[in-house]
Amino acid sequence: MTDSPYILQAKNLTKIYGENVIFKDISLDVKKGETIVIIGPSGTGKSTLLRCLNLLTPVNSGQIFLEGEEITAHGVDHDQVRQKIGMVFQNFLLFNHLTALGNVMIGLTKVKKMPTEKAKQKALHELERVGLADRAHHYPAQLSGGQQQRVAIARALAMDPLVMLFDEPTSALDPELIGEVLGVMEQLAHEHMTMLVVTHEMGFAREVADRIIFMEKGRIVEQGSPEELFEHPQHARTREFLGKISELYGKKEKK
Amino acid sequence: MISFFEFFVRFLPDLLSGMGMTLLLTAEGVLAGFILGLAATLARTYGGKFWRNLAIAYIELFRGTPLLVQVFLLYYGLPGLGITLSREWSAFLALGLNSGAYQAEYLRGSILAIGEGQMLAARAIGMSKWKAVFYIILPQALRLAIPAWANEPVSLLKATSVVFLIAVPELMTRAKLIASRTYDPISSYLAVAVLYLVLVYLVDAAMKWLEQRTRLPGLSAVNESS
Amino acid sequence: MINQFFAYILQGTSVTVAVTLVALPLGLILGLLFALIYNYGGFWVSRFAAVYSLVMRGVPPIALLFILYFLLSGQMVNLSPFWAGSISLGIISSAYQMEILRGALQAVGEGQMIAARAIGMTRLQAIRYIIIPQAIRLAIPPWSNEASIVLKDSSLVYAIGVPEILRRAQQLSATTQQPFLAFGAAALIYFVLVFLVNRGLDLLAEKTKLPASMA
Ligand SMILES: Nc1ncnc2c1ncn2[C@@H]1O[C@H](COP(=O)(O)OP(=O)(O)OP(=O)(O)O)[C@@H](O)[C@H]1O
Ligand SMILES: [Mg+2]
Repeated sequence: MTDSPYILQAKNLTKIYGENVIFKDISLDVKKGETIVIIGPSGTGKSTLLRCLNLLTPVNSGQIFLEGEEITAHGVDHDQVRQKIGMVFQNFLLFNHLTALGNVMIGLTKVKKMPTEKAKQKALHELERVGLADRAHHYPAQLSGGQQQRVAIARALAMDPLVMLFDEPTSALDPELIGEVLGVMEQLAHEHMTMLVVTHEMGFAREVADRIIFMEKGRIVEQGSPEELFEHPQHARTREFLGKISELYGKKEKK
Repeated sequence: MISFFEFFVRFLPDLLSGMGMTLLLTAEGVLAGFILGLAATLARTYGGKFWRNLAIAYIELFRGTPLLVQVFLLYYGLPGLGITLSREWSAFLALGLNSGAYQAEYLRGSILAIGEGQMLAARAIGMSKWKAVFYIILPQALRLAIPAWANEPVSLLKATSVVFLIAVPELMTRAKLIASRTYDPISSYLAVAVLYLVLVYLVDAAMKWLEQRTRLPGLSAVNESS
Repeated sequence: MINQFFAYILQGTSVTVAVTLVALPLGLILGLLFALIYNYGGFWVSRFAAVYSLVMRGVPPIALLFILYFLLSGQMVNLSPFWAGSISLGIISSAYQMEILRGALQAVGEGQMIAARAIGMTRLQAIRYIIIPQAIRLAIPPWSNEASIVLKDSSLVYAIGVPEILRRAQQLSATTQQPFLAFGAAALIYFVLVFLVNRGLDLLAEKTKLPASMA
């Protein structure tokens, strides 16, 4: 293992669907403990980028390094890599036939081959972290959207990932449920979890992000600290987008 | 493979002579079944207690027993009660009665999908119950039933094959004759299977065409409820 | 007299039940295999499964039964009529069960697969622990319908001389000269069997149902 200061690195990633170039030559360095927020208009390739980073979708060219080791190299076990990169989806995607506890446990018992009792203890601990220990035996259909998303976060955390990827974790939620999910994410940031978050929640970005990346049409237009981006955006497009987004989402910002 | 092809070509005329009966039984069965099924559904949905129970008994009995048993009951059983039917009539009646029980279920599904609202609206403008059924409910329900109903001709076509066990001269019976003449049952039944496959494909295509033709824009069994 | 009558046909009932109990699970295993390779297999095997389904469902069961029967009780393989008939019915049913399972697998949705892969499951683990448990629940109602179809289709093995209900009824009709009673009794027994199968599987569906959304 090389001694890299970066936990996750992407070099010149290009993704093409058929004729469509989704993004081209994207590079990204994520330091340990860093919280990065990615913003940008719809269809820009944010979700695709996250999926490429944990190898759910193959990139057409470029390299990805996890703790200095190339995971895009030949012969790398993708399933092993995905255990180390947690992912949270916009539409939760809990396993419908399993309870909250079952959802968190199944990766431990079936993928990590942990003994059931030990897995259960760990799963309960993760549910406690997201404030849902009392809902352990509820099925997804018996949980609110906010609760489902917190279970999904616990499910990812249980695998002890090096990095967590969040793809618009709150956009499918009713406004009054957004806070509980963002709360959990904020707490994770304080615990120095490394996170990559695609979101339109500007309040969260401003408060929690160490760095904000503005993406448009498959390119990183601009990046910097929240202050740099919000107060002194360099590009006209960034200004424009931030203006629009605060108009749309500004009302919901709390704190 | 070559030899099977030769076999097929050689006995094709023989087999084809049974095709008319197969298609006739299918058409008759679908038609009789439609009339019976419609009557049973209306009795079940809108009839009084007696008619409702009678319809339910008919539907459940014919869906709950094998077609072959129904064929035997009519052909071999009825003479025990002093009623004797020809092979063809027994086959036709059994297929019609059997199909009617299944068609009743397709129609019921679509009538339920149309819902109470349409009946309510019709009664509100002063229609009687049966007027509402014939002018408002059925015109919609029959259309709505087509996609599910369209499977019935194909499944009845396949079902007609069991009447060869009472020696009605249709496709399977011809195949059996060829089998006993050539001592090559596998080729004989393979040949008839190929023929059935073609017929099923043609009937299926005809039904798809019917479905296309009768599709109402924006109206389907899925979005039309309550 | 009536008692003996029923007792004789009831002996055929155990044969009918046995045929069904061989055919149905066999059809399930083959059907699941075909459904899995259709949904998750490579291009050619998936094509093969599709053609298998189309051909098997496009030919009357009785014609297939005869073809398979003569294949299974010929010179190369020589099974008894009971086994040849039961296995043939199982093969026939596999195409219909494949369609049921294929639909259920698809209804589970791509998202569940993605979520399973995202926590590091292999494709096989995801199919086994996430997709199949959900698909089975979705498949129970249509599968219960197929179970009663197989039960009713078991009457077809009458034609190859297996002593099941219908064959017994026919023998009885010949010896007693009471054809209506004999075939009527056969119909009644089938009716009860079909009823029991439907009820039993309704109960299973009820027991395995997931809790609905909170209201
Ligand atoms: N599997 C796929 N096949 C083909 N095109 C795809 C596929 N997935 C995504 N795309 C295309 O890639 C582009 C980027 O999609 P992506 O979902 O990554 O955007 P996004 O930035 O996440 O947008 P949103 O804010 O709407 O979620 C879109 O134009 C989309 O149509
Ligand atoms: Mg997206």
